[in-house]
Amino acid sequence: MSATAMPSMLSVRGLGFGYGAKVVGSEVDLEVRRGEVLCLLGPNGSGKTTLFKTMLGLLPAQAGEVLLEGRPLAGLPRLEIARRVAYVPQAQAAHFPFRVLDMVVMGRTAHLGLFAAPGREDRAKALGALDALGIADLAYAEYTRISGGQRQLALIARALAQDAPAIVMDEPTASLDFGNQVVVLGEVKRLAERGLAVVLSTHDPDHAFSVGNRVALLDGGRLIAQGRPAEVLTPDRLRAVYGVSVVVERLSQGQMVCAPDYGADAPAT
Amino acid sequence: MPESVRLVRTRAEALANHPAAIVAGLGALLIALILVASTVGAYPLSLGEMLAALGRRLTGAAPVGQVDTVLFEVRLPRVFAAVVVGAAIAGAGAAYQTLFRNPLVSPDILGVSTGAGLGAVLGIFLSLPVAGIQLSAFVVGLATVGLVYAIASVVHGREPILVLVLAGVVVGSLTGAAISLLKILADPYDQLPAITFWLLGSLSAIRKGEVWTALPLVLIGLVPLVLLRWRINVLSLGDDEAKALGVEAGRLRMIVIAAATLMTASVVAISGVIGWVGLVIPHIARMLVGPSFDRLLPTALLLGASYLLLVDTLARTMARIEVPIGILTAVIGAPFFLWLLARGREGWS
Repeated sequence: MSATAMPSMLSVRGLGFGYGAKVVGSEVDLEVRRGEVLCLLGPNGSGKTTLFKTMLGLLPAQAGEVLLEGRPLAGLPRLEIARRVAYVPQAQAAHFPFRVLDMVVMGRTAHLGLFAAPGREDRAKALGALDALGIADLAYAEYTRISGGQRQLALIARALAQDAPAIVMDEPTASLDFGNQVVVLGEVKRLAERGLAVVLSTHDPDHAFSVGNRVALLDGGRLIAQGRPAEVLTPDRLRAVYGVSVVVERLSQGQMVCAPDYGADAPAT
Repeated sequence: MPESVRLVRTRAEALANHPAAIVAGLGALLIALILVASTVGAYPLSLGEMLAALGRRLTGAAPVGQVDTVLFEVRLPRVFAAVVVGAAIAGAGAAYQTLFRNPLVSPDILGVSTGAGLGAVLGIFLSLPVAGIQLSAFVVGLATVGLVYAIASVVHGREPILVLVLAGVVVGSLTGAAISLLKILADPYDQLPAITFWLLGSLSAIRKGEVWTALPLVLIGLVPLVLLRWRINVLSLGDDEAKALGVEAGRLRMIVIAAATLMTASVVAISGVIGWVGLVIPHIARMLVGPSFDRLLPTALLLGASYLLLVDTLARTMARIEVPIGILTAVIGAPFFLWLLARGREGWS
C-alpha cells in the first residue's frame, strides 16, 4: 500500500482553537497516518499545547473539526477517544507519591470495565512498556522522587501501555538531557515503525529532521508551512518565525542539521 | 522476558502482598479494639461475661441481670456507632483528598460537615424526625459543597486548590453565622441542648435505631467509591490527563462528591461535627499503603473505625464526666497536622 492510500489516523480540518471565547489559532489543517511522525514546530506561545488539547478533545473546537480514523471526535465518549489516541503531557510535578508502575498502569484505564481495577495482565503490559524504554528498574520507585527526564519516559511508557494507534506528545524532549532526548526520539521512530501515528511538538528543528516524516510550522496560531522537513525548515522560514539566522546543512551521512548562524547578523566589513 | 523485568516481577509479587497484610492487620486491630471497648466503661464487664451474654442472645436464652442491658442497649450500639462514624468520615476524607489532588482538603475544609451540621440544626429547629434531620443534613451538606465548588469555578484563579480552600473558609463562616442565628431562634429548653449536642460532637446519646438509619446511607455512599476506585485514582492526575486516559472527569467528580458527602452528612447527623478524623486518618493510611485509592480506601476505612473507637472509648472512660469527642480528636489531630506541616511538602507538593 502506498503512503498516500493509507487512511489518515488523526486529522484536523479548518480547526479553530482557544480557551472559551479567546481565539489562540485558526484555520489549521493537519493529518497524520499510521507509521508516520508529524512534528509540530513553533515558538513559545504559538499555540502548540492548545492545538494538542483541542485535538485530544480536552478543549472544544471553535471551528472546523477533529477526525479520528475519519470519524468526528466531537461525538465520541472519552473511553473511545482514549482507545484511539494517547496523550503524553509535559512531565509535571506530581501530587501524590505514586509508584512509577501505578502511574504507567493507569494507561490501561480505557481497556478496563467501568468498575474494574487493573489485573496481572495490565501490570505485565505496563512493565513491558517500562522495559521498552529501559526504565524497568524504576517500576517501584516513587514518581515524585525520580528525575524530570525519567518522569517523561514514564509518561511515554504510560502512553505505550494505553495501546492506542495514535500518540500525541507535548514537547516530550523538553525536560530531558541530551542522552535521554536521543533515547526518546529513537523510541518515537520505533513507534512509527510499529505502525503508530505520532504527533509531537518540539522546539528543536533537528528533532524534526531526525524523526519527522512531516513537519508543520505553527506561528501565532496559524500554519506557516507543512510538508517534508527539508522543504519546510528552510533558513528563510526559520528566520521569519524565530527571528534568528540559521544555517541548514546536510551532513556527509545524509542527516540534515540546523545551527544558529552567529555571523550572519554582524555588520559586513 | 528480559532479566530486569523478571527481577522486578519478583519484587512486584512481594510488594503486592504488602497492602493486603496491612489491611488484614488493621482488621485484626479493629476487632481487638471492639472487644476491649465493649468491656470497659462505667459498668466493667469481663470478656467471659460479654461472650456469655452474646451466647445468650444468639441462643435466645433469658438475659441475666444488668449485663445484657448494659451490653446490648448501651455499650454495643455506641461501639458500633464509633466504628461506622469513624470509617465513614475517614473514607470520605480519603475520597476528597484524592479528588482534589491535595492532602490538605478534608470534608471540614470544604464545608460538608459544617453544612451538614447546619442542616441537622435546621432539622432540629423544625422538629423533624431523625430521618428528616438526616435528609436535611445531607441536602444542606451537599448544597454547601456545591456552593464552595461553584464559587471556586467562577473565581477560576491560577491556584484552583487555594481558591477552593478559601471559598470553603468563606462559606464555612456563613454557615457558622446561620447556625448561630438558629441557636438564638431555637427553643432554649428543648431544641438548644440538642443543637449544642450536634455541634460538640458526641456519641453519648446514640441509640440503636439511629446507627441503623445511618448505616444504609453510609453504604450507599461507599458503594460508588468502591466500584469506581480505579477511576477515582486516575482522576487524581488532574482533569486533562484523566480525560485523555478515558475517564469522564466531570461526571466522576460529581459522583464522588455526592457519595463522600452522603457518607459524611449521614454520620454527622448522628454524631455531630467531629473534626480532624477526615484529614489525619487518610494521611496515615497513605503513609502505610501509598496513594493508590484502591488501597487507600479500605485502609482509611479500617483505620478511621479503629481511631474513632479508641478516642470514643477514651472520651467515656478517662474522666468522671464525658469528654466531647470533637475536643479529643482536635487535641490529637492538631499537633499531628502541625507535625505534617513541619515535615515539609515532600511527596505531595
